[in-house]
Amino acid sequence: MSSNNTAPAPTGRRWVWFHRFGSPAWIYGFSTRWAPVCGWIAVVLFAAGLYLGLVVAPPDYQMGDSYRIIYIHVPSAWLSMSSYAAMAVAAGVGLVWHLKVADLVARSIAPLGAMFTFCALFTGSLWGKPTWGTYWVWDARLTSELVLLFLFIGYMALSAAIEDRRTAARASAILALVGVINLPIIHFSVEWWNTLHQGSTVTQLGRPTMDTRMLVPLLVMFLAFNFYFAGAVFNRLRGELLHHERRTRWVQELAHG
Amino acid sequence: MGDFLHMGGYAFYVWTSYLVVLALLLWHFLAPLNRVRSLLRTISLQSDGKDAKNTGGQV
Repeated sequence: MSSNNTAPAPTGRRWVWFHRFGSPAWIYGFSTRWAPVCGWIAVVLFAAGLYLGLVVAPPDYQMGDSYRIIYIHVPSAWLSMSSYAAMAVAAGVGLVWHLKVADLVARSIAPLGAMFTFCALFTGSLWGKPTWGTYWVWDARLTSELVLLFLFIGYMALSAAIEDRRTAARASAILALVGVINLPIIHFSVEWWNTLHQGSTVTQLGRPTMDTRMLVPLLVMFLAFNFYFAGAVFNRLRGELLHHERRTRWVQELAHG
Repeated sequence: MGDFLHMGGYAFYVWTSYLVVLALLLWHFLAPLNRVRSLLRTISLQSDGKDAKNTGGQV
C-alpha cells in the first residue's frame, strides 16, 4: 500500500485525507478489511430479523401470514432506491472531479441495485397474488419501480458497451443522473395517482400503524440489508479496482505477494 | 413446526420470496470474491517475467 504514497502530500489534514480517499490502493485495503466485518454483522442481523419476523411477530388480522413478505419486500424496495441515489452520487463525483475510484464505486453498486429492484418486484408480485388477486398490474408504483430496474440495466449495459473507460464512465454517469428523476416519482407515486399499492406504513411519524412486534423485525431487516449492501459493494469494488488497475505497481505487488 | 412451514396457507408465496431473495443476496456477496481470486491469479501469471509499468498513485 505504501507504494502509492510517492507524491508529496499537500499540506493540511484534509488534503491528506482526500489524497488517500482517491488512492485506489488505499481503497482496496479499506474494502478488504471492512467487507467481512459488514458481512458478518449482516449475518447476525439477518438471523435476528428472520427469527423475529417469521416466528415472533403475530399474523396480520387481514392478510394472515402472507404479510411476512414485508420483511424482505420493503427493505429491498428501500435499498433499490437508496442504492440508485448512491450510484448517481458516485457517478456524479466521478464525472465532475474525474475521480476513477468514484466511477468504480458506481459500477460496483449497479448490479446490486438491479438485484434489490428485482427482489422488490419479485416479492411484491408474490405478495400481490394472494392480496390483490394478481401477480402484476400496470400501476404507478409498480411501473416506476420497473423503470428503475431498466435504469440499472441501462447503466450497466452502457458502461460495458463503451471500450474506453473514461468515455464509458462519462456516458453512463449522465444516464444515472438523468434517471434520478425517477426516485421522487417512485416515492410519491402512491400519493399522486390512485394505485393498488398501499401508502407507507412505517414513516408516519407519531401515528404508528404497525404493532411493535411487527415493526421491530422490519427495522432489524432494514439494518441487515444496509450492512449487507456495504459489504457487497466493498467486495465488488475490489474486483473493479484489480481489473482497472491491473498494470499498476500496487496490483502487481499484490498479485505476486 | 408444521404450522410454521404451512404459513397459514401462504407457504408457496412466503417461502418462494424468502428463498429467492436470500439465495440472490448470498450469490451477489460471494461471486465477487471469486472474481478477486481469479483476477489475482491471472495477473500474477500474465506479468511473470515482464517489468510492471509503474503507474501507481494514479487517481
